[in-house]
Amino acid sequence: MKKVLTGNYAAAEAAALAGVQVASIYPITPATQIGERLSEMSAEGSFGGRLIRVESEHSAMASLLGAASAGARTFTATSSQGLAYMHEMLHWVSGARLPVVMVDVNRALAAPWNLWSDQSDSLSQRDTGWLQFYCASSQEVLDTVLMAFKISEKTFLPSMVVLDGFTLSHTYEPVDVPDEKAVREFLPPWRPESRLDTGAPAAFGSLAGAKDYIRLRRRMAYDMEQALSVIDDVAKEFERLFGRRYEPLAPYRAWDADTVLVIAGAAAGAAEAAVDELRRDGHRAGSLRLRVFRPFPADALRRMLHGGMRLAVVDRSFSQGSEGTFSQEIKAALYSSSPKPVTTGFVAGLGGGDITVDLLKEIWAEAHNGTVNPAETVWMEDAR
Amino acid sequence: MKTSIPQEELLRSGHQACQGCASTVAMRYALKGLGRRTIIVVPACCWTVISGAAPNSSLDVPLLHAPFASAAATACGVKAGLQARGDEETTVMVWAGDGSTYDIGLQSWSGAAERGEDMLYVCYDNEAYMNTGVQRSGATPMGVWTMTTPDGNRRPKKDLDALLEAHHISYAATASIAYPEDFVRKFAKARAIKGFRFIRVFSPCPPGWKYDPDKTVDLARLAVLTGVFPLYEIEAGAFRLNLAPAKLKPLAEYLAPQGRYKGLDPEALAREQGSVTERWQRLLARKAAS
Repeated sequence: MKKVLTGNYAAAEAAALAGVQVASIYPITPATQIGERLSEMSAEGSFGGRLIRVESEHSAMASLLGAASAGARTFTATSSQGLAYMHEMLHWVSGARLPVVMVDVNRALAAPWNLWSDQSDSLSQRDTGWLQFYCASSQEVLDTVLMAFKISEKTFLPSMVVLDGFTLSHTYEPVDVPDEKAVREFLPPWRPESRLDTGAPAAFGSLAGAKDYIRLRRRMAYDMEQALSVIDDVAKEFERLFGRRYEPLAPYRAWDADTVLVIAGAAAGAAEAAVDELRRDGHRAGSLRLRVFRPFPADALRRMLHGGMRLAVVDRSFSQGSEGTFSQEIKAALYSSSPKPVTTGFVAGLGGGDITVDLLKEIWAEAHNGTVNPAETVWMEDAR
Repeated sequence: MKTSIPQEELLRSGHQACQGCASTVAMRYALKGLGRRTIIVVPACCWTVISGAAPNSSLDVPLLHAPFASAAATACGVKAGLQARGDEETTVMVWAGDGSTYDIGLQSWSGAAERGEDMLYVCYDNEAYMNTGVQRSGATPMGVWTMTTPDGNRRPKKDLDALLEAHHISYAATASIAYPEDFVRKFAKARAIKGFRFIRVFSPCPPGWKYDPDKTVDLARLAVLTGVFPLYEIEAGAFRLNLAPAKLKPLAEYLAPQGRYKGLDPEALAREQGSVTERWQRLLARKAAS
């Protein structure tokens, strides 16, 4: 059924469709509507899971640690400060190998206070052992949440589905909402073999020595690596059932491009529009949207890019003392390629600045013409 | 002698507690009151260690380790997860130390208590951060030596029970291992009640309080008989004093065996005796009024 939904409402719709059994909610702009919509759906009977209206984000994730350990399918949503406050719990949940799914609505981190889109919140959680998916439309939010449950339950790794604050979270778009029966076929109830059970008492999370600890982490690393093929399998099954296909990397007119804009999130739409305009002007422009960030699709990236290309990586985050997060990761992935693309990092849109078509054309031209030093981050500070 | 205490043992002998640890006796009695259909959530505390390192467990019931600040929230989730799977019967019990309860986990239990989440929250109160080697907490009494109060703690112990009562919870009680029948009865009772239940267990700690390990039960009893740790319960708002000695023993009798009170001068002792007596009078007045 077609519905007109914002990114937030698409996320709530997906959680209900997925048959979430326990959801914990705590308000934070711009993710608040997800919990509100779930509450509304719960009151009218279209969401059958238990809602826990916790007193903090730390407790939101802690309660999901408990619920998932008891064998329930679990969900929450947050943003910015809330995600940062959860940090301890993110490590805990991934270390416990629980398939929790969470939506993060990107927002900048204080100080100073800022409510608007910025990817620093989710990207600063990159080392917590969560899969990360960056969405570019409400449809993709809904589809990715559904796929995330399946991927997480197969890999025993939690998933973070990320969408841009306001630009995506609060923008209405037509969304094809699949019916519940089809979703149940794609995503049957989760029945873990190992869970808290008084019939088979066991201790979960007990003290482990170095020998066990490193093995557990190595096993997690292996499963994270394998997650790329699980993501691929699940995407294929999803396409077979629902007709929409998602890849870890979404190239646009990139195969013959000499300079490629690399970007994640809803601003990829503006990048594609910029590419169209540049192509009309006779340039060989292309763009590449990073959809899966953890695990990092390094092989796919290497296959897609070649030494003759120039890359303009657009970062909506900055790791102080280093450079933009995507820029770091892409350079690291391409280190072994020879020859490597000349890669320049551009920081833009921090704290909610618009990433417009004009801005992206300017970034593209600077990378293309070599007017900037690729060894240095280029800050696009002017307000658009 | 025939006792009302169930024979079944759900705590094994191979635990990793210090000699004379009251919290192990408390766990043993607690599980006798609760039975097998119990899941325990333990935040960072002595029991993180006592329960045993992987792959061993000293408990015959499931145990979930939780972060320091969020045992009650984790327990909410366990209960909700069990309910989602159709299990309404299993009791979910938080077993937390005073550091987790009085300090870092206060927000978490306060939220769970206010929402009336269906769980039993137990604080075994040994009056300082003992697992990390005796640092003061909000539960540390006035005048007490710890590693972070080498010249004596300067503030009175936080009145946690009053805080709990302010949350309109369905059951609150204190329990002492020196009175096993009362102890087990309270856990069995808490098991049968719905909503947020809270039991504070007095937990003498030989290395932290600096006394001989064979004095644990004696000290637990003295704490009750001196009025330091009165035994009472509040069920749906109704107060009941479980043990009211005709005359309280002098506080000095309880303090004398404990090295942690060595620095207390006679003036401070008199002040402490005054505040114990005053609190006891308030309880007696409440008993008379109820």
